[in-house]
Amino acid sequence: MGRRAKNKQPPPEPLDAKPYSSTKKLGKRKAETQDDKPRPAKKIKDSKSKKPRVTFDDDAGSNDGWEGVQDDGVIGDLDDLIDDEDDDMLRGPVQELDFDSDEDEPAPLLLRGRKSKQGGPAPNIIPTGSDDSSEESGSDDERTTMANMEARSRALDAKAAAEAELDIEEFQQAAADEDDEDDVDMDGQEDANGDMDAEPFHLPTAEEREEEKLTVPDVHTVQRRMRECVRILGKFKRLAAEGHSRSDYIAQLILDISSHYGYNDFLAEKLFHLFPVAEAIEFFEANEVPRPVTIRTNTLRTRRRDLAQALVNRGVNLEPIGKWTNVGLQVFESSVPIGATPEYLAGHYMLQAASSFLPVIALAPQPNERVLDMASAPGGKTTHIAALLQNTGVVFANDANKARTKSLTANVHRLGCKNVVVCSYDGREFPKVMGGFDRVLLDAPCSGTGVISKDASVKINKSERDFTLLSHLQKQLILCAIDSVSPESKTGGYIVYSTCSVTVDENESVVDYALRKRPNVKLVETGLEFGREGFTKFRGKTFHPSLNLTRRFYPHVHNMDGFFVAKFKVEKRVKAKKADEEEPIMVEVVAEDGTVENKPQEDAGFDSDEDRPYLEESKRRRMKAKGLRPPPRSKTVKATA
Amino acid sequence: MRPLTEDESRAVFEKLANYIGKNLIHLIDRPDGAYCFRLQKDRVYYVSEESMRLSISVARPNLVSLGTCFGKFSKSGKFKLHITALDYISKYAKYKVWIKPNGEMPFLYGNHVLKAHLGRITEDTPEHQGVVVYSMSDMPLGFGVTARATVDTRKLDPTSIIIFHQADVGEYLRDEDTLF
Repeated sequence: MGRRAKNKQPPPEPLDAKPYSSTKKLGKRKAETQDDKPRPAKKIKDSKSKKPRVTFDDDAGSNDGWEGVQDDGVIGDLDDLIDDEDDDMLRGPVQELDFDSDEDEPAPLLLRGRKSKQGGPAPNIIPTGSDDSSEESGSDDERTTMANMEARSRALDAKAAAEAELDIEEFQQAAADEDDEDDVDMDGQEDANGDMDAEPFHLPTAEEREEEKLTVPDVHTVQRRMRECVRILGKFKRLAAEGHSRSDYIAQLILDISSHYGYNDFLAEKLFHLFPVAEAIEFFEANEVPRPVTIRTNTLRTRRRDLAQALVNRGVNLEPIGKWTNVGLQVFESSVPIGATPEYLAGHYMLQAASSFLPVIALAPQPNERVLDMASAPGGKTTHIAALLQNTGVVFANDANKARTKSLTANVHRLGCKNVVVCSYDGREFPKVMGGFDRVLLDAPCSGTGVISKDASVKINKSERDFTLLSHLQKQLILCAIDSVSPESKTGGYIVYSTCSVTVDENESVVDYALRKRPNVKLVETGLEFGREGFTKFRGKTFHPSLNLTRRFYPHVHNMDGFFVAKFKVEKRVKAKKADEEEPIMVEVVAEDGTVENKPQEDAGFDSDEDRPYLEESKRRRMKAKGLRPPPRSKTVKATA
Repeated sequence: MRPLTEDESRAVFEKLANYIGKNLIHLIDRPDGAYCFRLQKDRVYYVSEESMRLSISVARPNLVSLGTCFGKFSKSGKFKLHITALDYISKYAKYKVWIKPNGEMPFLYGNHVLKAHLGRITEDTPEHQGVVVYSMSDMPLGFGVTARATVDTRKLDPTSIIIFHQADVGEYLRDEDTLF
């Protein structure tokens, strides 16, 4: 831990100053005898948050400037992980040092240049002031004399300024390039008042595409082409070039998306077709950025405001999430690892994505109910359910994977849930093992297309077969879930089906399948106030109209992981109805045999006496058609045979 | 899952009595429902009768945990109390120890409690007595065994150990592989 490292002596300095790239691997800065390069990096970095990494060139050249300075090892300890990235980022462009000027604040200029992907401004750090102070605080293990300190400090400032200038130049360069492209577009648009675009943009032909596949495409070209395609598809009639259909542009756009964002072709196309064109690009962009870190207060042990207070005292910057939840907190930045505070260990909160609160909020378990969670590892939703039940009733937490039940049990115990039974069955065994639950939560195993920002490997390893298999498994699981719920439950009878996926085959298709196969089940309001409605039809498939009661969540709209929630209510099965349907079939078959058979005596809504004459007539007709001689009519009812 | 035998029950209750003493009766006769101890794969679970009856339908190879795990029996038959029992122990503890904020982290790493970290301690704690360790904000952190009686603790110098560490909440991270 960084804090404790300060109290310990560093390992002895090595004889040679190692190049920066190898020392980067060491966790603690103390081990470096490397020059004070880290220092300016830290100072500037603190003033801006994420910036795209610049590739790091070899450090050797920049050492030259430091000849006049004594190299005594690390000045201070840097326990923030952010500092590691900082050093990498600023490594690249610096080759020269300007010792003369003591320039003022590069920090404000840099703030303008940063692409801030996180919320909240980063603190401004004045290089000169804190240099001295942190040098003093961390310098218990090296010889810094007064003269030394001053010279070093000035050198650091100068270096920082030089680096900052280079960064700004680079950024402005990049911005200028973009501006140029924009200008070109504008011209094109103004020119065209109908047909156009021959020079500024043309759709690559098949050969050109082949060529491009072989070479590494230039990022800017691809981006520019994507933007053009989106623009053209937006106003197709006006902007399309001759001879190119809509599907050509779409195909090209999908190719560009898969090469730019790193998706395989199948997935790029699948996800593209879920949204209108411009929104699709937003979705892909949103998948590149991580969602905010959120935690859920464990109401069995503490209250949200007490927890917030305690964490703020430890140095965590957080805020309540929103109106829709009273247990969620969003963490902006933290000086201590949020997954290892004493409050975490005491079970006061759980690290959980905001979208994972939704299915449990929709399920709304009531105290003293029997609840089943069919796929519960690592236990965020299970413990949430137990907290809502206030440790009454029983929660069955099931997970098919036995290894994952370990972390599930650990979380259950850590958060103090006393009414949880953990078992490890395949979810499809469920009504057989035990049934009669009041509520069931099925957070089905899915392809994970909603959490691409967490796990980028989903982009490449999902194929068509995966979707088929998953969809099949989900359909089986949802039927088992429906069968495990007791319709006679006084307070319950609800099932919530949720996935962390945005595709239709895993969401609406499965829900529609359940509605078709279990007629005693219907969709109800989820109780979530926000979220987009589910699709009632999609690319030729139509679903049950009540699917508009399900809810979809997207990363680019709601700033949480892609999610889908559907809530069912199970009613009693009406057996009598089934018998009715079977009766007419039975009667017809009997009649064709030629023997008059009594219809079943049960009152099925058919009036036997009324029907008999018609049946007799049709029988006579059939016999005649076959060539048999029908028996003479008993009554004098003459039908027009 | 099976109920505990005589010997096993005795071992468990002896261990528990070391920490909660006479309050042990509250674990067995509870006003809000009957609770019982069950054994599954050498681990002792404390669970309400209602949950236990429902979990009978879960087959033995598939049952992983029920209610709260109190601890496990070693191969030689000794019972070790785990940190997962902290909730109940801290509720009924007789002897408590509060440690200062600067002593929290060392204890959570598994070290013993030194005199320098001691904030408060209940009076008349005898030697080798099971105690529950709290932080100054009354958050239970774990439990341990006193090295000396309260009166002797006053005479010790700050670097000496006063509480032997038995279990702490940090084990949820340190021992997450072996805990279950």
